[in-house]
Amino acid sequence: MADISHSNAASAGAANAGTEVQDKHAAAIALHKRRTRFGLLFWIPLGWLIIVAVAAIGAPFWGLPAPDEIDWAYLQSPPSEAHWLGTDVLGRDLLSRIIWGARVSLTVGFAAPAIGVGAGLILGMAAGYYRGWVDEVVGIAIDSWLAIPGLVVLLLFAVIFGGSLFMVCFSLGLLFIPTAARITRAATLNYAGREFVLAARALGASDFRILSKEVFPNIIWPLIAFILIDIPIAIVIEGSLSFLGLSVKAPTPSWGGIIAEGREHLSTAPWISLYPTLVMFVTVLSFNLVGDAIRRRLADVREGAI
Amino acid sequence: MHYLFRRFQRLFIVMIVVTFVTFLLVNILPGDVAYEMAGMDSSEAEVEAIREEMGLNRPVLIRYAEWVGGIFTGDWGRSFINKEDVWHAIMQRFPVSFELMILAQAIALAMAIPAGMLSAYRPNGRGDRIIGAIAFASVSMPSFMTAILLIYFFSLHLGWLPATGYEPLSEGLWANLKPMILPALSLALVEWTILMRTLRVEMISVLQENYIALARAKGMSNRRILWVHALRPSSFSMITLLGLQVARLLGGTIIIEQIFGIPGVGRLLIHAVYTRDFIVIQGCVTFFALAFVTANFLVDIAYAWLDPRVRTRGAHG
Repeated sequence: MADISHSNAASAGAANAGTEVQDKHAAAIALHKRRTRFGLLFWIPLGWLIIVAVAAIGAPFWGLPAPDEIDWAYLQSPPSEAHWLGTDVLGRDLLSRIIWGARVSLTVGFAAPAIGVGAGLILGMAAGYYRGWVDEVVGIAIDSWLAIPGLVVLLLFAVIFGGSLFMVCFSLGLLFIPTAARITRAATLNYAGREFVLAARALGASDFRILSKEVFPNIIWPLIAFILIDIPIAIVIEGSLSFLGLSVKAPTPSWGGIIAEGREHLSTAPWISLYPTLVMFVTVLSFNLVGDAIRRRLADVREGAI
Repeated sequence: MHYLFRRFQRLFIVMIVVTFVTFLLVNILPGDVAYEMAGMDSSEAEVEAIREEMGLNRPVLIRYAEWVGGIFTGDWGRSFINKEDVWHAIMQRFPVSFELMILAQAIALAMAIPAGMLSAYRPNGRGDRIIGAIAFASVSMPSFMTAILLIYFFSLHLGWLPATGYEPLSEGLWANLKPMILPALSLALVEWTILMRTLRVEMISVLQENYIALARAKGMSNRRILWVHALRPSSFSMITLLGLQVARLLGGTIIIEQIFGIPGVGRLLIHAVYTRDFIVIQGCVTFFALAFVTANFLVDIAYAWLDPRVRTRGAHG
């Protein structure tokens, strides 16, 4: 999918067998090109993500009105010179709110997968390396965890622990543990019986040393790929949660929250919901595209190494 | 038989763990339910009386055992807020959620099957790439955002379909379906991609089989080959996935029911969360977990029945 125009040209003349061979040639060259360098579908989304990240990090310095500052002259006004993306019902600047909301989304997007994969890594390695009852207990824990739909778990946590940014990251992170643990366990199983691990053990290496020096470097790649998938998922789930009003508390803007606020005024002031929706969509899409490109590159590098 | 028994055993343990953890979280951590019930400015004696009346001052384990016992006999407790019977409340709303899920799956399938076939027919061809790109975009669009856009376009702009509301089936089929279309579509637009991809992968390999080549050699039309000969052997994984997705959709319906004002189990749960109605939250979570585990179990059985190799393999691994 990375190079649509190219393939169109290539498949246009696929009518008879003669051109089909050329076709395959062209496809192989295209594949080779994709392997060796990142295309536009990597750089454009990456550019967007950098813009969003810089805007979010420097949010206080852009001279925008504060996200909760009320402008009485511009209540629920469409995009204008004074407010580029318009204002919401309370006269708060939407651009500013979206930028401040990006802080929440990006923090959760990076922190939650990191927490989840970190914990899943430890559990999965323990289960895959020690087997026996450890494996059994971790297996039951994972199954139980997976038995409740993710959003339900988050609702439960939101009621109990309330909505601080830390708690949102933490409880969202918990959601990523089961899959991360499963991936790690499978990978660890794969390596725990290999010769180099047996050799290390024969040399008297401790379990911790074997796991950290022999097993870990080998299983880290599938986990990195997994984190890349998780970042946009975390942003989407945080969006759903804040849409329901159960993420960070009210004065702090978040994308889902702004979309929810605008939902009531969709007929009179559609921009309140539609701009954050657009920004969130493009951001999630960008993360998916960049992640996909990096994942493919990783796979190529590893294949190349073998 | 042994395989099924092992699966069942595991499910049993899982349900015990899930109910126990839910019970603990709901009952121990948020302070005291009795305070919530007595209200802000009540005396210590009043709180104590409520605690006594509800049996909240007894050990947690005993209360848990009672509650779990109640689950089996159909006594899921009563709401703290409106005294509604929890089991009754869930059962009253479940058909609504179920209808929404079935509709969503039907729409998702109606999109996934033709798209998957078109993709598989010429992998990496133009159609495949376009469909792949659309799928990629719709994965990046969570259901609540799709819902907002659908409401904006179809309800407010075109005025074709209502933005919120629900009509029971007794009001007529169309009256019932009409407000369900947008919610179901919101869910389907996320779900179809994974079905499509699964079908595509499996069909690509089926299309390389000899009998497809033979059908082609006999001069059969492409349409007939795809729909009659290739679809059935290619849809095995997709059907399995369908079962698993029903369970996953349970979570997805929560937010969609909230947006469209559909009185399903998800709305019950959200309402309970907003009003901190703990016994209802507890009941809903247990119900979701039970539904999820049952769906998984049925899928497992179907798998073992269709593919004998699974039966001899371990429960996991």
